[in-house]
Amino acid sequence: MSKGKVFVVTSGKGGVGKTTTSASVAAGLALAGKKTVVIDFDVGLRNLDLILGCERKVVFDFIQALKKECKLNQAIIHVKQISDNLYMIPASQTRDKDHLSHEGVKEIISQLVEDFDYVICDSPAGIEKGAKMAMYFADEAIVVTNPEISSVRDSDRILGFLDSSTRLAEEEGKRIPQHLLITRYSPDRVESGEMLSIQDIDDILSIPLVGVIPESRVVLDSSNQGKPVVLNSQDPAGQAYEDVIKRLLGDDVPMRFTEIEKKSFLGRLFGGR
Amino acid sequence: MSGIFTFWRANKKTSASIAKDRLQVLVAHERSANQQPDWMPKMQREILEVIRKYVPIASDDLKMEVRNEGENVSVIEINVDYPIGK
Repeated sequence: MSKGKVFVVTSGKGGVGKTTTSASVAAGLALAGKKTVVIDFDVGLRNLDLILGCERKVVFDFIQALKKECKLNQAIIHVKQISDNLYMIPASQTRDKDHLSHEGVKEIISQLVEDFDYVICDSPAGIEKGAKMAMYFADEAIVVTNPEISSVRDSDRILGFLDSSTRLAEEEGKRIPQHLLITRYSPDRVESGEMLSIQDIDDILSIPLVGVIPESRVVLDSSNQGKPVVLNSQDPAGQAYEDVIKRLLGDDVPMRFTEIEKKSFLGRLFGGR
Repeated sequence: MSGIFTFWRANKKTSASIAKDRLQVLVAHERSANQQPDWMPKMQREILEVIRKYVPIASDDLKMEVRNEGENVSVIEINVDYPIGK
């Protein structure tokens, strides 16, 4: 078996949808038949377990595995209510992030890539140790950005770190592939000039776009229930995440939900909001 | 149809375009600041001390920047503003 691919989901700014994206990307890859593990790097502020609906199965955590207080297998939770191929490693809720040692993380990730097709690293916000560790061993990066001025600025900072502070950059002088994922996009607000457009964001960050997730009430609803948005194939946000998975797997899928939806006459009469 | 609306709005700057303009300026500035070499702040302090032996200048009168000019050449640009006749 060839070695698995390591993705980091990062953003700089908090609250833009890193964990939502990590959960949906991991679940989507698993449902596409890829054996996938997603790691929560947000030590002290564990949340991925909630979004994946497995908070009651947490016994051991990432830091314990790293410090060899348990076996790696014991820290891995099988999220089989979503997919037989989906696994996660929860962050520690009590330990300080100083325990995230370079060697420890390296050892765990190098073991995981032997067993899994995809390893998704859910980065914490900020540019401190947790975020640096989450990106260091990545082969590719997904940068999550809201069409909002502070989020775009922080993403640009993160792109700077991704260029210089990964294993591939330091050891081989290579830049890891970076994918832009825009979340909470509202085409009608873009049209009325109150929100940065995809083009505006691209002009500033200029990295390839892997997806645009439209603003949707289903995202909160999904978190409430512990089911990743990608499972909701009726909703545009879920469908947009499905498209992201296809693009990550190499399919050329056109962007959807980036233009204002033209409602039919009846839709306008009964649709409402 | 949106063409007509765009025309109506043409002379009014939208908040999104203000955001974009602000971001472009800021991001360009931050990128160049982040790409400066590690030794830059120390060198800047030392050069400032040398100049001050001869001319009284404020610290923000000295501006330094390293720029890439082509593949194998970088240029250190040093600009010093100083008041004449003091």
